[in-house]
Amino acid sequence: MTPLAHSPHAHAPTSVSRIMATVMLALVPATLFGFWLYGWPAVYLWTVSLLAAVAGEAAVLRLQQRAVKPALLDGSGVLTAWLLALSLPPWAPWWIAVVGSLFAVIVGKQVFGGIGQNVFNPAMAARVMLLISFPLEMTTWVPPMSQLPGMLDSLAVTFGGTQLDAVSSASLLGHVKTEFTRGLDLQQALSGHYSPLQALWGERSGSLGETAALLILLGGVFLIARRIITWHAPVAMLAGVALPALLMNLIDPGHYAGPLYHLLSGGVMLGAFFIATDPVTSPNTAAGQLAFGLGCGLLTYVIRTWGAYPEGVAFAVMLMNAATPMIDRYVKPRIYGRTRKGDILAAQPAKKDAA
Amino acid sequence: MSFLSRLKPRGGVHPEGRKASSADTAIRAMPLQQRLYVPLQQHIGAPAKPVVRVGEKVLAGQLIGAGQGNISAPVHAPTSGWVTAIGDHPAPHPSGLPAATVIIEPDGEGRWIEADVPADPFALAPDDIAARVGAAGVVGLGGAAFPSMVKLDASRKSGVDTLIINGGECEPYLTCDDRIMRERAAEIVSGIRLMQRAVGAANALVGIEDNKPEALAAMRAAAAATGVEIRAVPAMYPMGWEKQMIQVLLGREVPAESRSADIGVLVHNVATAWAVQQAICLGRPLVSRIVTVSGGAVAQPANLEVPLGTPVQALYDACGGFNARPARLVLGGPMMGHQLTHTSVPVVKGTSGVLALTQSEIGLTQPAPCIRCSSCVRACPVGLLPLEMAARIRTDDLAAAVALGLKDCIGCGSCSYVCPSSIPLVHYFNYAKGELMAQARGKLKQEATKKLAAERSARMERIAREREEAAAARKAAKEAREAAAKEAAARAATTEATA
Repeated sequence: MTPLAHSPHAHAPTSVSRIMATVMLALVPATLFGFWLYGWPAVYLWTVSLLAAVAGEAAVLRLQQRAVKPALLDGSGVLTAWLLALSLPPWAPWWIAVVGSLFAVIVGKQVFGGIGQNVFNPAMAARVMLLISFPLEMTTWVPPMSQLPGMLDSLAVTFGGTQLDAVSSASLLGHVKTEFTRGLDLQQALSGHYSPLQALWGERSGSLGETAALLILLGGVFLIARRIITWHAPVAMLAGVALPALLMNLIDPGHYAGPLYHLLSGGVMLGAFFIATDPVTSPNTAAGQLAFGLGCGLLTYVIRTWGAYPEGVAFAVMLMNAATPMIDRYVKPRIYGRTRKGDILAAQPAKKDAA
Repeated sequence: MSFLSRLKPRGGVHPEGRKASSADTAIRAMPLQQRLYVPLQQHIGAPAKPVVRVGEKVLAGQLIGAGQGNISAPVHAPTSGWVTAIGDHPAPHPSGLPAATVIIEPDGEGRWIEADVPADPFALAPDDIAARVGAAGVVGLGGAAFPSMVKLDASRKSGVDTLIINGGECEPYLTCDDRIMRERAAEIVSGIRLMQRAVGAANALVGIEDNKPEALAAMRAAAAATGVEIRAVPAMYPMGWEKQMIQVLLGREVPAESRSADIGVLVHNVATAWAVQQAICLGRPLVSRIVTVSGGAVAQPANLEVPLGTPVQALYDACGGFNARPARLVLGGPMMGHQLTHTSVPVVKGTSGVLALTQSEIGLTQPAPCIRCSSCVRACPVGLLPLEMAARIRTDDLAAAVALGLKDCIGCGSCSYVCPSSIPLVHYFNYAKGELMAQARGKLKQEATKKLAAERSARMERIAREREEAAAARKAAKEAREAAAKEAAARAATTEATA
């Protein structure tokens, strides 16, 4: 006789691969927009990232003598590579994508024991590693739609190591930081480089998926509507960036940019909706996710404003990842019939009239 | 906590109802089978003691098993016929182990015992109502099968202000409560008023999920001008969990490790109210119940009024048999019911449904690693962290799981239902609860053994001491005797010498 099945004898129509597929679907608009902005090199870089992640994960699973197929089919490795690709400069050489993807799925995830076990967001860990190890390649940006090369010429950009000097430019955050070092104030630094409307549409230098703030937001709202993520971490992260920005901007508008500038530049949108909501590395409870998101936002602002790096999302997320076990330890839901401390609630005596 | 947040149910899931297939046809009487297998334990508590002999003729409603002990319920003959055997028969329990059962061969006449019907049921004394409910073998028909009299008695003594009648029926597929509310609303309302009188509750509230508009309308019509209030509650699982129902209707929270009576609330199921009315107003003990027969593999899903003791196979047959290969047969609802081991097991008082589910309905998948998505945390109506508890249980750290609230888990299955990794979370929790129980039993046994050993050594010591004392006493007596004899001899010698 087959062993008895335990209740429940029904299951919601959900699975890990379905969740991952939905998240990827939410990324499609922003990714396609990125491809359109930055051309074939971006397509190649994205493809190389995904292939490297799949190949690397398969190889490592095989070394561990674990089943390869279910782990690859859950889609988490592909999603990690996708998110990493969106955070890379679109014209970066192919090996940046390969090294980053392999680091993400192998060191970032499999070393910890595979899906669900990693402490740090693998994509952000890989981005931080790349940024520290290859600062030049990781900060060479192209302005969008500037004489996009053709399909074949693009191969030379991604795989041939063609120099980008002719077209390279700094990202907005990097540009402002550099101008500050030259003693210019914010207004001068921003003139001709920034308009909120442009930022919204993504027509500026930046990484593949960071620039299209509006489409990222759209994807995030889609995920909330599909109940893949909740609003807590994203809203808290956006607030964590916007509130100090507003405060500092009020204090000294000549030096500190306003909230819109911060929300629409760099990886804040991508971070809020797709990175801070990573289930594995974020807290379990709604309250914990609020604290986590707020921490991500505040740290991002602090690193951007007073740190050495122009962009801080990846560092902020990793720092908060490290704090997640602690948040989970202290922020727990109240158990029915008990106080927050776990003591039994005092009985409310019988009332004469019901509520 | 604000008033509004108190009224809002926590957690919960929205499983596909799948109720339509059985909800729209009227309750049908289940034809009598050739044999009825009536288990002596159909309730929580001590099994009933058989009071009939093999070969004896019985009438419908005749007592065949008397309740024994504080928590128990009597069992009655479902129809008239002969007792052909009293012995073991597979019980509707996950173990499938046999249990003491009275087997009755119906004579087909269905003659009832003479009913003891009070002239005015609503003039009965409260304790008399409870006693009659107890004598009729009424137990909670929502599935828990707790003897209703025990609850009525305890609530009358401790005092409750509100009687809540649970018409939630949040389990998918099940429509037996829905149907009974649509078809027998007047009887249910009478039963509610009788119970209200039995416990002296000022208010009586019926909570019905808003996915049953016909039942709501029927109950509202029947309850008009009776003081019984009918209220719609949001359809969600587990709305039928009595503490959830209390929360939503009254905004009161039952403290942990307590019963609802502790905050002045008594909760009964709608079908129980019907059974109470039958027992008091018609003098009919509980010998049948409404059972939902449903699932994708059942040809004609329906609600049947089934004499207790009818084998489950007969229910499937009465519904046209299977039209697809059932992947799993389930007793009860899909969320908390258990898999059937044999279709020969009988319908008992707590059987709300028998299901035959197809593979696609169950949604079988292999368990995968936890991705910490915390869907289970959001789904848990109790406010637990199922993923963390399961992780502790996997490493056999039961103490840590208890610290996380394992003992507050109600086993509703919401967490397992939503888990994208298909982790059998409830299975882990029930395993751990079983382990804890075994450990507690082991500890008790160990303590009992220790106590027995200590008592034995004390007894042995006492016996040895008493033996020594007796020996000493004997020796002293002997010495005294000898001394007396010597003295007597000496005295005799002296007398002789002097003589």
